[in-house]
Amino acid sequence: MLTNLKKDFPILKRKINGKPLVYLDNASTSQKPMAVLSALQKYYTTSNANIHRGIHTLSEEATAAYENTRKKVAKFINAKTEEEIIFTKNGTEAINCVSASWGKTHIAKGDEIIVSALEHHANLVPWQELAKEKGAILKIIPLTADYLLDLPAYKKLLSKKTKLVCVTAQSNVTGTIVPIKKITALARAVGAKILVDGAQMAGHSKVNVRDIDCDFFAFSAHKMLGPTGVGVLYVKQPLINEMTPYLYGGDMALTVQEQSATYRAGPWKFEAGTPNIADVVAFGAALDYLTSIGLAAIAAHDRELLAYAKKRFSKYSGVKLFSPSRIQDAGGVLSFTVDGVHSHDIATIFNEGGVAIRSGLHCAEPLVRRLGVDATARLSFYLYNTKKDIDAAERALKKVLKIFTHH
Amino acid sequence: MDIYTETILDHYQHPHHAGALARPTIKASADNPLCGDKIYLYLLIKNGVVADVGFVGTGCAISQAAMSLLADEVLDKKVSNLKKYTPAKIYGMLKVSISPGRVKCALLGLATLQKALKMIQK
Repeated sequence: MLTNLKKDFPILKRKINGKPLVYLDNASTSQKPMAVLSALQKYYTTSNANIHRGIHTLSEEATAAYENTRKKVAKFINAKTEEEIIFTKNGTEAINCVSASWGKTHIAKGDEIIVSALEHHANLVPWQELAKEKGAILKIIPLTADYLLDLPAYKKLLSKKTKLVCVTAQSNVTGTIVPIKKITALARAVGAKILVDGAQMAGHSKVNVRDIDCDFFAFSAHKMLGPTGVGVLYVKQPLINEMTPYLYGGDMALTVQEQSATYRAGPWKFEAGTPNIADVVAFGAALDYLTSIGLAAIAAHDRELLAYAKKRFSKYSGVKLFSPSRIQDAGGVLSFTVDGVHSHDIATIFNEGGVAIRSGLHCAEPLVRRLGVDATARLSFYLYNTKKDIDAAERALKKVLKIFTHH
Repeated sequence: MDIYTETILDHYQHPHHAGALARPTIKASADNPLCGDKIYLYLLIKNGVVADVGFVGTGCAISQAAMSLLADEVLDKKVSNLKKYTPAKIYGMLKVSISPGRVKCALLGLATLQKALKMIQK
């Protein structure tokens, strides 16, 4: 178990309703360590300038700091080069970049796009729209009764018509870890491209895009200790050359005449306008922090907390857990329901005890419907959480049961 | 701070006027799609007065208790009076402080009623 990390996160000293904050909503967004907050302040107090255009010292420093994070991201996910790393405003925009750019020119009528039943809306709705626009067909990989992807069913969906497979690496509702390497190998065999939504995986376990062998890997900084407003799209080379820009304007253009323009190569052609420089710079500090802790240690920590929470929460009748039976099949996410109690009421009572959890549909409505419920409550863990946090969650759960069953 | 008062829990677990009316004058429904709260409201109007009311709902304790309390309130009332109901009326009946995140829950019943009343005018 990782210990003593709470001190690095100033917000965790807060009290909510007179109780110490217990933050268990990490699948929504993570809290930020002092190192990230300091990097943000340092950038604005010492190096703030626009990038890629100034000759003056500040502009050179800002450009170097911004581009340095691109290098760090490449290393963090084991990309071949930083020219495979595009910065966007969030994970959703990273996926939309693929649908609006690559999808626009590579998907045609009758083509098939496969997604999984585990997808967040971010990795479903862009493909629904692209399929509608192009007359393509969207197919869904179903789940097994144990909340895992049904691989035999996936194999049956694949054919020469499959042009793109879009899967999450880890579900934000059931925590299911998807065997993306297997998914990718099978997609490769029919010549399809593969996009992985890594929003729940990045920062929680080691990402190795070359080992996964995906074409696109999307994730967001704010779920991995970084600031909001920064997303990442990895595009395997040389695929990025086949992609047309989808936002036009300053910085992405190479030469501009009155009636036409040429564009920069690599990731820069996708970063039109002034990007989120300060937050990208601070994201670099988040990557350093995560690397110093170690991704394997974080994954083990998440897993230990999940095992502990499952043990605690499964003791109560009327509490249903939506989690794969084997601990190694899930990340640090635990969805549950309580008979006769809506998830919003659960979250309200948890909040009274200072425990922040998510409730509702988790931006994954088709998945929650598939689970056969209106909504779930969800605990999600990260490196600063402790078993004591789960004890606090269990006390809140007892209060829910007391309020709604002793009545 | 505790919003789960005896009254709210009682109305949630044993809602008053639960169930559809066989021959309603109007039937209206409204939902909060992000929460999954949903209410079907049935009103029987005679001579401009609510002669009977029924509802079928799913959702959180706040949305369902607010509808149950509201159903008690509208029975035997003139339709012209119901049109004047505001959110303050609902908060007054719930008698607890509603946080911004739960406003939509608290007011779903009122929204359903207002939808129904608009249908009378047509």
